[in-house]
Amino acid sequence: MFVLMIAALLFLPFITDALLGRGWVRIVDFAMLYIMLALGLNIVVGYAGLLDLGYIAFFAVGAYCYALTGSPHLALAFPMLFPDGVHLSFWIVLPLAALIAGGFGVLLGAPTLRLRGDYLAIVTLGFGEIIRIFLNNLNAPINLTNGPQGISRIDPISVSGVSLNATQEIFGITLPSVHLYFYLFLAFTALVIFISQRLEKSRIGRAWMAIREDEIAASAMGINTRNLKLLAFAMGAMFGGASGALFAGFQGFVSPESFSLMESIMVLCMVVLGGMGNIAGVILGGVLLALLPEILRHSVVPLQQALFGKSIIDPESLRMLMFGGALIAVMLYRPAGLWPSRVRRRELGSDEADEKV
Amino acid sequence: MEIFLQQIINGLVQGSVYALVALGYTMVYGILGLINFAHGEVVMVGAMLALSALTAMLGWGVPPLLALLLSVGLAMAGCMALGYSIERIAYRPLRHAPRLAPLITAIGVSIVLQNLAMMIWGRQYHSFPMLFATSSHVIGGAIINDIQIAIVILAVLIMAGLMVVVHRTRLGRAMRAVAENQHSAQLMGVDVNRVISITFMLGSALAAIAGLMVSANYGLAHYYMGFLLGLKAFTAAVLGGIGNLRGAMLGGLLLGLIESLGTGYIGDLTGGFFGSNYQDVFAFFVLIAVLVFRPSGLLGERIAERA
Amino acid sequence: MSSYFARALLPLAIALTLYGCEKPATVKKTSTDDLVVRIGAAAPLTGNQAHIGKDNESGTRMAIDDANARGILIGGRKVYFELISEDDQADPKTATIVAQKLVDDKVSGIIGHLNSGTTIPASKIYNDNGIPQISPSATEVNYTAQGFKTAFRVMANDAQQGRVLGEYATKNLAAKKIAVIDDHTAYGQGLADEFIKAAQANGAQIVAHEYTTDKAVDFTAVLTVVKGKQPDLLFYGGMDPQAGPMAKQLKGLAMKVKLMMGDGGYTPEFIKLAGDAAEGSYASLPGVPLDKMPGGKEFETRFVAKYQPIQLYAPYCYDAVNVMIAAMQKADSVEPAKYLAELPKISLDGITAKIQFDEKGDLLGGAITMYQVQQGKWHALETLGAVSAAAH
Repeated sequence: MFVLMIAALLFLPFITDALLGRGWVRIVDFAMLYIMLALGLNIVVGYAGLLDLGYIAFFAVGAYCYALTGSPHLALAFPMLFPDGVHLSFWIVLPLAALIAGGFGVLLGAPTLRLRGDYLAIVTLGFGEIIRIFLNNLNAPINLTNGPQGISRIDPISVSGVSLNATQEIFGITLPSVHLYFYLFLAFTALVIFISQRLEKSRIGRAWMAIREDEIAASAMGINTRNLKLLAFAMGAMFGGASGALFAGFQGFVSPESFSLMESIMVLCMVVLGGMGNIAGVILGGVLLALLPEILRHSVVPLQQALFGKSIIDPESLRMLMFGGALIAVMLYRPAGLWPSRVRRRELGSDEADEKV
Repeated sequence: MEIFLQQIINGLVQGSVYALVALGYTMVYGILGLINFAHGEVVMVGAMLALSALTAMLGWGVPPLLALLLSVGLAMAGCMALGYSIERIAYRPLRHAPRLAPLITAIGVSIVLQNLAMMIWGRQYHSFPMLFATSSHVIGGAIINDIQIAIVILAVLIMAGLMVVVHRTRLGRAMRAVAENQHSAQLMGVDVNRVISITFMLGSALAAIAGLMVSANYGLAHYYMGFLLGLKAFTAAVLGGIGNLRGAMLGGLLLGLIESLGTGYIGDLTGGFFGSNYQDVFAFFVLIAVLVFRPSGLLGERIAERA
Repeated sequence: MSSYFARALLPLAIALTLYGCEKPATVKKTSTDDLVVRIGAAAPLTGNQAHIGKDNESGTRMAIDDANARGILIGGRKVYFELISEDDQADPKTATIVAQKLVDDKVSGIIGHLNSGTTIPASKIYNDNGIPQISPSATEVNYTAQGFKTAFRVMANDAQQGRVLGEYATKNLAAKKIAVIDDHTAYGQGLADEFIKAAQANGAQIVAHEYTTDKAVDFTAVLTVVKGKQPDLLFYGGMDPQAGPMAKQLKGLAMKVKLMMGDGGYTPEFIKLAGDAAEGSYASLPGVPLDKMPGGKEFETRFVAKYQPIQLYAPYCYDAVNVMIAAMQKADSVEPAKYLAELPKISLDGITAKIQFDEKGDLLGGAITMYQVQQGKWHALETLGAVSAAAH
């Protein structure tokens, strides 16, 4: 079963390419980035129960880490220091990006330790906006981020000297750029899943869940809630930072508009819709929400044409309308998410039992 | 000095707009402990309804004052129906679901309303018709016009009115009971569902008024206008202490003042390093600072986390 | 009620999901012999720039309909042009997805994107696949400076336009003290920076540089700051949804400064939103006024009859399509690789300007017309320009 799944995943880009076209491979690549993000947020929201509406900020931090150190951009700000810009290898930047994002996670976590629920939500939201605004404005007095115009010409990621940005021939198989990135992202997604699983089962993971269920009880049991909450923020942020660096290398261009509040909300929707605290559920949520808008993009016009013979409603409005409708429908059907964790399911069951009494 | 005074006036007007919308957030939150993320969109629908009705009626030759009153009424009725339906469809089935589930449906409702509005009213910005010649008043060199005065007064009046409803009427007592504990309230003979529906309708009627005032003040309405306004108002409500009516008012005014004074003087304060581009950063910093010292907002009560 | 709603939606969503996985529907052809050529277009069709995006789409569609009506022969076969229009949501990431989709759909060329922030990341994908891209509206200098052979635009870039604006403000309007507000988007900031450079080079003093966002509606605070500095002229780098209310609030604060904008302000929306406060405002638009160009007036009449009043870039989209088709005709091929070689050499009398590209793909010459609102209408003042595009 496991082997079959791996085989299926390895062939996925070819199958997708053959059946649906190369655009879909790119969409799948983005979906994997979103899965990584959702799994990172799952640590904060799903395990530790801390509602974070500014998660995309860490993604942004990671993306800008690589954008700055892997493009000609810094030559503008420091022509003496870096006449051609900084071109560090991706593999050096990646851990750095994760660490820096983790640092930002602690920075966010520290002042918000006492906050709960919706207060935490608005502060994290504000934090996300603050990061975005800084990125948008740090083009003066020193041009650090190039402001709203973003940073282009970011070096592609290369694996042992092989650039992923060009079509490569390996063992006689032609691999276009999007396929190469697929395998890279697949490896990272697997790593993230592995770490998540280990964390979930570990002492730390159980302590997080104790905090989620009842903070006061948890601290009475001797759990250091402050450190563990900070650790949750830092771990989540590290995942976000790493996927941000991957994003920057993949897209070759970053600008602050990619890190808007709507993106944070989207990642949160993936976690909640899929099933908070359950890795498989979160992956499902990530896949669905990353693919759904694109599936709808490709289907609303043909569907209307099939039904009515012409396009009656604007496909774009209809697409977003269906997306919103789907969010509502899934939550009404399955309030704990499509694939909730077992603990959650039990909780819900007992909740209903309370109702009946 | 007159520049400073003008910034104070700017802040008060902007703050009153936030307060008008924040009151709606806080009403719902106070009772259900739920962030009604779609509230901003209800404001937008209110503005759009009022604007369409107004434009149509002026076209038929209805006298301006009558047209205004009728369209306010229409917008309020429309928004109340909308608020009622949102609660019935998207929130009520989830009242005992995990806390984040209604947040997601709220986001869903928000997206749906935005796109429905785009289909109905198009992508255009709609300009608000000139009803009366508004006059400007000069106070100590600073300028304020009639609509702006009306917004400030209306915000205070509505807050006062809501206070009376919540603290002096039978309905208000039922609301407070539901807010305290839904089960006990039910045992005491309070029709919980009805009270919640009424709260939503009241909040939505307020949203309609807020929408109309906003579009009259800025002279435009657009299907996208609700999102940012809702966000700012939500921030204001949290700043003041969400669930608290006076808190919403205070939070709104404070946020407005922070924004305008921040814009006006942040550059001078930081030697030109930060400018008006950091306006929102400034506002959020104040919010975070306030919450660090008062984790439940300025006027909020300390309440335990809902399970 | 609620569960009914939910029950109705989910199967629908599933049905759509399955449906979406099928191959795109086959192309409808007018006759079997026709050569079907797909032209891709991308612009934000949702979000708060949707009205301008839709305008782009309409301009492109009209050019394609016209070409089909004319009946163009390439390689001895009658060509049927088909428009594939996509919504990039003004979002860079979505833009790359859309770009890849258009590449998959085997388009022969791209008209788009609207914003610089989407045009630049997408241009990499078009370049990788060798598909010519003509942006009708991306003004950021960087777009054509990446060294891509496939990137063109029929719009003056920020440097060209900012310079004309700065010179006009200082020379023709004799502004000495100038305040600048920009919306800090790629467009607004790019244009404002170039304007400031030009104004300062001509001896004006920038007394204030303030900022807003492309979603704001309240500008009283920044305007009050500007008021305190008492400038003769206020330049706004941004789009009409902000410029309109800004003009109104400017009047509300009893500020008597000249308001000047770039092409983002030159719209009927601006006048509609600003009301009588629009009177006397200045804006620039690359190219020559429509009624001065052959076919321009006629285009406007037909466009308004078919769609709605021109918002902004529809004529540029029209020109962009025609330039592309002209290159195909010249190369006698619709193959991107073949007609791409003809694009840099093209010279076409468009409805916005005579269109020729420089070696980077920027519009050569770059005539820019200044307009002023007079009696509630945009009125052309003079066409400046033919500044050398190679200046930057």
